[in-house]
Amino acid sequence: MLPMIPEEERTAAVNDFVVKFANVNGSGSASANRLFARSIFRMGVPTASRNIFPSNIQGLPTWYEVRVSEAGHLGRRGGVDLMVAMNPQTWDKDIAEIDRGGYLFYDSTRPMPPSKFRDDICIVGVPLTAICNERYSDPRQRQLFKNIIYVGALAELLGIDQSIVEELIGEQFRSKEKLIAPNIEALHMGRDYAVNELAGAVNLKVRRSDAVGDRIIIEGNDAAGLGCVYGGATVAAWYPITPSTSLAEAFGRHCQRFRVDKESDKNRFAIVQAEDELSSIGMVIGAAWNGARAFTTTSGPGISLMQEFIGLAYFAEIPVVIFDVQRGGPSTGMPTRTQQSDILIAAYASHGDTKHILLFPEDPREAFEFAALSFDLCERLQTPVFVMLDLDIGMNEWLCKPLAWDDSKQFDRGKVLSAEDLEVNEKFARYHDVDGDSITHRTYPGTHPERGAFFTRGTSKNRIAKYSEEGADYVENMQRLLRKFESAKSIVPAPIRRNAAEPSQVGVLYYGSTAPAMSEALVALAEDGIHLDTMRIRAFPFSDEIIDFVLDHDQVFVVEQNRDAQLRTVLVNEGSLDPARLIPVLHYDGTPITARFIIDEIGGNLRALSGTASRDAAE
Amino acid sequence: MTYIIKPKFHHPKLPTNKLGLTHRDYEGTVSTLCAGCGHDSISAAIIQACFELDLPPHRVAKMSGIGCSSKTPAYFLGQGHGFNTVHGRMPSVATGASLANRDLVYLGISGDGDSASIGLGQFAHCLRRSVNMVYIVENNGVYGLTKGQFSATADAGSTSKQGVENADSPIDLASMALLMGASFVARSFSGDKNQLVPLISAAIKHRGAAFIDVISPCVAFNNHPGSTKSFDYVREHNEAVNELDVMIPRGEITVDYAPGTVEDVEQHDGSIVRLRKLEEGYDATDRLRAMSYLQERQAQGEVVTGLLYIDPDAGDLNDRMDTVEAPLNTLGTQELCPGSEAIEAINARLR
Repeated sequence: MLPMIPEEERTAAVNDFVVKFANVNGSGSASANRLFARSIFRMGVPTASRNIFPSNIQGLPTWYEVRVSEAGHLGRRGGVDLMVAMNPQTWDKDIAEIDRGGYLFYDSTRPMPPSKFRDDICIVGVPLTAICNERYSDPRQRQLFKNIIYVGALAELLGIDQSIVEELIGEQFRSKEKLIAPNIEALHMGRDYAVNELAGAVNLKVRRSDAVGDRIIIEGNDAAGLGCVYGGATVAAWYPITPSTSLAEAFGRHCQRFRVDKESDKNRFAIVQAEDELSSIGMVIGAAWNGARAFTTTSGPGISLMQEFIGLAYFAEIPVVIFDVQRGGPSTGMPTRTQQSDILIAAYASHGDTKHILLFPEDPREAFEFAALSFDLCERLQTPVFVMLDLDIGMNEWLCKPLAWDDSKQFDRGKVLSAEDLEVNEKFARYHDVDGDSITHRTYPGTHPERGAFFTRGTSKNRIAKYSEEGADYVENMQRLLRKFESAKSIVPAPIRRNAAEPSQVGVLYYGSTAPAMSEALVALAEDGIHLDTMRIRAFPFSDEIIDFVLDHDQVFVVEQNRDAQLRTVLVNEGSLDPARLIPVLHYDGTPITARFIIDEIGGNLRALSGTASRDAAE
Repeated sequence: MTYIIKPKFHHPKLPTNKLGLTHRDYEGTVSTLCAGCGHDSISAAIIQACFELDLPPHRVAKMSGIGCSSKTPAYFLGQGHGFNTVHGRMPSVATGASLANRDLVYLGISGDGDSASIGLGQFAHCLRRSVNMVYIVENNGVYGLTKGQFSATADAGSTSKQGVENADSPIDLASMALLMGASFVARSFSGDKNQLVPLISAAIKHRGAAFIDVISPCVAFNNHPGSTKSFDYVREHNEAVNELDVMIPRGEITVDYAPGTVEDVEQHDGSIVRLRKLEEGYDATDRLRAMSYLQERQAQGEVVTGLLYIDPDAGDLNDRMDTVEAPLNTLGTQELCPGSEAIEAINARLR
């Protein structure tokens, strides 16, 4: 007999729990797990699923975590209520991760000693291998249908409507119809076992709801690739690197759909898979110099390689967009894990004095919006713009508000002189600030036979773009670039502030993919009497509101997914802020930050501080 | 080295081309290179070729990397935009530029330091992609701006000005270009304008990647006995396989030559490259033969020059990308943004 927790101590929850699948990669589990998550979403219950996968094609451990939350908490919560343990390699670790009172779902074909289980959880065994071996003889079928059988059993145990699962199977195999019936058969095999042998075993339930509303499910890289189409990008150059590859590929797919000229069947785009990142950024700079909207997609190692060219683009004022889908560094680091650890290298990319515009989308919807916006920003300001995604946003399917587009919007191509402009503008000077806004006029090559030509160079130059080593010319240019950067504060996406229900002297700053875990943490902390004002930073340079927010509070937690508190460093540096006010909260193990982590860190820190305070008072 | 402003006056009866422009209209600022530098002769050849082809100077984009050679785009076609990029990476910038606007002429100027070392990868990939450009390497076998170190094209056994012998194997960029699939490969000598000017003209007329390796002696650091890139050495060992003329036909071309001595190659835009064979049996349309011929002659210390290979039908990167005829940089919101209706359809599919 296996140890087992008493029935009354088992976790009971409706539409609010975490299911985690532990699998071996390359076993076909990903699409079965996705089917499970989609089914819950189709029942109108918000879900967030995250792939935690190895840098490998077959044989290594992989996990898929599904957060079910009617309240709409779509970050990772932390902990697991139901573990589907399908990987013997990680068994011990997976079992240990289950919350007390939670459930273990496993393949019970082969008996295992009681010592491999826990007595404070509920154990649900299904002889998956035995069921498969009886029905199938082909090894690959045994493998693939085992996944569908566990989905059938889980759907039954959790009260997921079987007809929805069947409908999704139908959609998935729309083009391979003969696969529908066998998949549904496998689904029913799992369902039947659960009905006959496991009735009432699990007290986690999914109940139909309308909490999803009009929201959509999309990956951040897919949304960003679409944003590039909407933003008018015509030239993309990239080099394959996880986790950014799917962004470039998504752009290609969306271009095939929207950018093929109907009459000529020719492309209104060009995508080059370059030989490396030194080349991809060079191509983008060449295209942008020549008047096309151009971008590259990469991750940390690629940003490292691009440094010299990024400095050229900054100094020569060439508008390029760089998507950095961040992963764990340094060096090759953790290619399939997530982090926000390229903030410093992007903010100050290249040698010499440089500062760059960074955008921090919180989810795929904002990735779409910022991708499109980045092309306007870089052309208006004639400077590189970084869109700082990460693996969590880029490669996971997120539930988010629908994408939106305003048809009255026209591209802002910035100050570009046409041949007609040059006819009346006798004194074109590429780097002369004639408008007093630090942004000078540019021309595309080939515009006018006699006017507007200039030499673009990375070496110092004077206002009329002639080579100059005069200190005064250099300083004037560098000062103008700095003023231009400062002026971006009022154009980039403004931060979003939310004040606590009660007045608070404690604030929290956060950005990017931390947002959903933060929103869940704030609710829990407030229930615990900890009220926090928050501000979500959406861009660098930091607007005055961000600096004021810090000055308005006695303490400000800065929540990040890196080891060195990189955004905090930039804040201290750029805002001349007292570092003592800014308390880092840092999650950097490569998995997405959890609500529980934030609750523990901020709650623990504040309790420790107030404990110290009361002890001081007592003395 | 000079730093004077170039005077603008010129002889009132200077000949003009079809655009009504004189030779002077194709010049740039005064060169700041050393007196006698081979690179200046190449700039002069570029000026002459563009003048003779009636090219509007502002429709030429001049791209370069870093080094003495890469400074030269300032010295010709002053009405064309120039872009002095970073070391060894002119090819990627030219690639992007040619995708943004397929209608300009792209003239990439590089050196052996720029293209054969840090830039070897970009050199190779740009040629294999068939970027529509003229890619000139001004090849002198040394680093000039940093004062005389060997470059990767220096021959094994050749000596530096200080007498140090180079032990490493040379990289032959013309052979590499053939191997990489460049559709126009030539070699010339900065001291042979008669050969160089028509080669540049034919390269400009070529659609695809046109590579010219121009041996261009460095008078400051590599023009001594013991160098295989000196004026004397190249003059003595120059072995041209052909002579060529570039003709823009305006009627039927009829000429009488002994059979087998002349070959006319029609390029994509209808211009004709007329090759007069100097080396019996050399066929400039046979890539494999060209490769082995180069290897054989180079092993004997010869500097093989002329149009080594041409494939007039190769097509360029824009053809391969199947891009629209209109330059991509002319497309606006209307042509590029799918609009809100498409967004609604996308949302509907994601539920």
